[in-house]
Amino acid sequence: MPVFESFNADRAADIIAAHAGREGASLPILHALQHAFGCVPSDAVPLVAKALNLSRAEVHGIVTFYHEFRRTPPGKHVLQLCRAEACQALGADRLAEAVRTRLGVDWHGTTEDGDVTLEPVFCLGLCSVGPAALLDGTPLARLNADKIVTALESAA
Amino acid sequence: MTRVFIARDAAALALGADAVAAALAPHATVVRTGSRGMHWLEPLVEVETPAGRIAYGPVDVADVPGLLAAGMLTGGAHALCLGVTEAIPFLARQTRLTFARCGVVDPLSLDDYRAHGGFIGLQKAIEAGAAATIDTVLKSGLRGRGGAGFPTGIKWKTTADAEGDRKYIVCNADEGDSGTFADRMLMEGDPFSLIEGMAIAGLSTGATKGYVYTRSEYPHAIATFDAALAVARAAGMLGPDVFGSGQTFDIEQRVGAGAYVCGEETALLESLEGKRGQVRAKPPLPAHKGLFGCPTVVNNVITLATVPCILRDGPEAYQAIGMGRSRGTMPIQLAGNVRFGGLFEAGFGVSLGDLVNDIGGGTLSGRPVRAVQVGGPLGAYFPPFLFDTPFDYEAFAARDGLIGHGGIVVFDDTVDLAKQARFAMEFCAAESCGKCTPCRIGSTRGMETMDKITAGTAVAANTALLRDLCHTMKFGSLCALGGFIPYPVLSALDHFPEDFRP
Ligand SMILES: Cc1cc2nc3c(=O)[nH]c(=O)nc-3n(C[C@H](O)[C@H](O)[C@H](O)COP(=O)(O)O)c2cc1C
Ligand code: SF4
Ligand code: FES
Repeated sequence: MPVFESFNADRAADIIAAHAGREGASLPILHALQHAFGCVPSDAVPLVAKALNLSRAEVHGIVTFYHEFRRTPPGKHVLQLCRAEACQALGADRLAEAVRTRLGVDWHGTTEDGDVTLEPVFCLGLCSVGPAALLDGTPLARLNADKIVTALESAA
Repeated sequence: MTRVFIARDAAALALGADAVAAALAPHATVVRTGSRGMHWLEPLVEVETPAGRIAYGPVDVADVPGLLAAGMLTGGAHALCLGVTEAIPFLARQTRLTFARCGVVDPLSLDDYRAHGGFIGLQKAIEAGAAATIDTVLKSGLRGRGGAGFPTGIKWKTTADAEGDRKYIVCNADEGDSGTFADRMLMEGDPFSLIEGMAIAGLSTGATKGYVYTRSEYPHAIATFDAALAVARAAGMLGPDVFGSGQTFDIEQRVGAGAYVCGEETALLESLEGKRGQVRAKPPLPAHKGLFGCPTVVNNVITLATVPCILRDGPEAYQAIGMGRSRGTMPIQLAGNVRFGGLFEAGFGVSLGDLVNDIGGGTLSGRPVRAVQVGGPLGAYFPPFLFDTPFDYEAFAARDGLIGHGGIVVFDDTVDLAKQARFAMEFCAAESCGKCTPCRIGSTRGMETMDKITAGTAVAANTALLRDLCHTMKFGSLCALGGFIPYPVLSALDHFPEDFRP
């Protein structure tokens, strides 16, 4: 289970400085920030802009272009459920409906107890063993709603 | 202790390979490999015996005591025993060149890599020199495996001839197409072949730095490839004097952030430069002005990982396989509702029907096959009456389809092609980079029009509108995201019109 730090400008500055010298540094920086804080905090945007000599608007534009970057931290667990064609062929749409109903969340939502965030994903390269998902980075295959519930319980 | 081999490929892990490996660890030396690509048999356990590797699968952790009692460690009989791995028909029928080592070796062992024919291609490339190496790649007939099928040798020669004091090799490991996982399997199962291929590309074009752009949805591939880079660097395979050539080449892996369009080569370059992943207008070609304005080769993982065996075995051997202008082998990925899902590497020319029904065994559900989508979200839906189409770039194009990165997604007769067509438009709308109007606006209009059709509103007029819209997108889009989305939509409409009636 990932544990995230709360935002701290000094810590963010250190993270940014560790990557700022790399070619095309913005994605590595944003990934590192999200790794530490669970998201790209809006307070970090001006720091990134300054370090890379970009405008805030430009950094904001980069953060929002990529589906992966979050603006708020996720719940304790992140379930990335595949919605792409090969998983659709094995009932991923129905599965997604069932999971959303059971968890009581929509896509990108977090359960009320803060336990699980549900993210859609378009292919995990597990298309021969679908429906597939990643739970906190662990691959799951041949899924049905019960298996997902069991996996979430054992992750708790 | 007897050696047993169990995959550490993400598909095997998803099916419980770690638990099986842990249960066998007290009884045998467990070697973790890539996957053989027979995913319906994972977790597959192979036991080293004097008669060769004997396979058991699919093995559940609960089967382990019974298997041990049956004498599995000496190849004993058991209901799960599949005999000698290489004699399993699914494997025996393949021509494994790019994937020859995948599933066989420890992916991070340089000794294994060398013992199985690794680094001979690079050695030959260094001896032959840059021009002769590029000539070999040209003569092999190798075309890019990322989708467009552009001749690799020509791309390399253009980059080699371009002026620039700095050049790059960029490997496209964004593998966003649903139904594809060849890049993932190779990076998890035989990463040194990609490193060797990139080093050959670097030495022959004069590039000193390589980037691998891997999608973030592949955490296992990312970890294995980073570990392989560290091993290669420590052994002097990368760095200031690659393999004693006196030339510099190093590789860095970068991770994407969930944007499908970043698989398009110029959007990928923008993303590597740290920007929004927006497609660039061509010209200039990346070979002339690519990453940071420098001459750049952009190639798919499979393209690059195939180069070492071409150099090793000679271009004639590779060029002798295949059909028409599609030379060599293609790792074909069988996915979706398919009984024998996995990776099947074969020379071009196998018919789609053989792949789906014979090799793939039809659907997993046991119901009739109704449609297959070939080539990812931008690929056409094929009905069974077109299953005589041979797996070949030109044959698929002639039937308004594409082979793309070689993924085949099988659907049974419960599929609703109108829903699939709508999904294509929805996907395009979500993933459009926004640079051009036909794609940015057209995909949303397409979604709305599809909704009207399925709701039964002015069906004939809206179907005509949808076709018109597809025409505009096909001819007015800057890149193949907007330009090819008409393939799944129109193929669904043309081959399955009954699904579009109210
Ligand atoms: C929307 C879009 C997505 C693409 N995604 C990929 C991809 O994930 N991997 C890939 O290798 N090529 C992808 N391509 C093709 C690349 O633009 C490019 O042709 C390829 O990387 C060149 O390498 P190759 O010649 O070795 O095939 C994509 C193209 C488009 C238009
Ligand atoms: S077709 Fe779509 S993805 Fe391609 S350049 Fe135009 S807007 Fe961007
Ligand atoms: S389509 Fe779901 S893993 Fe590829």
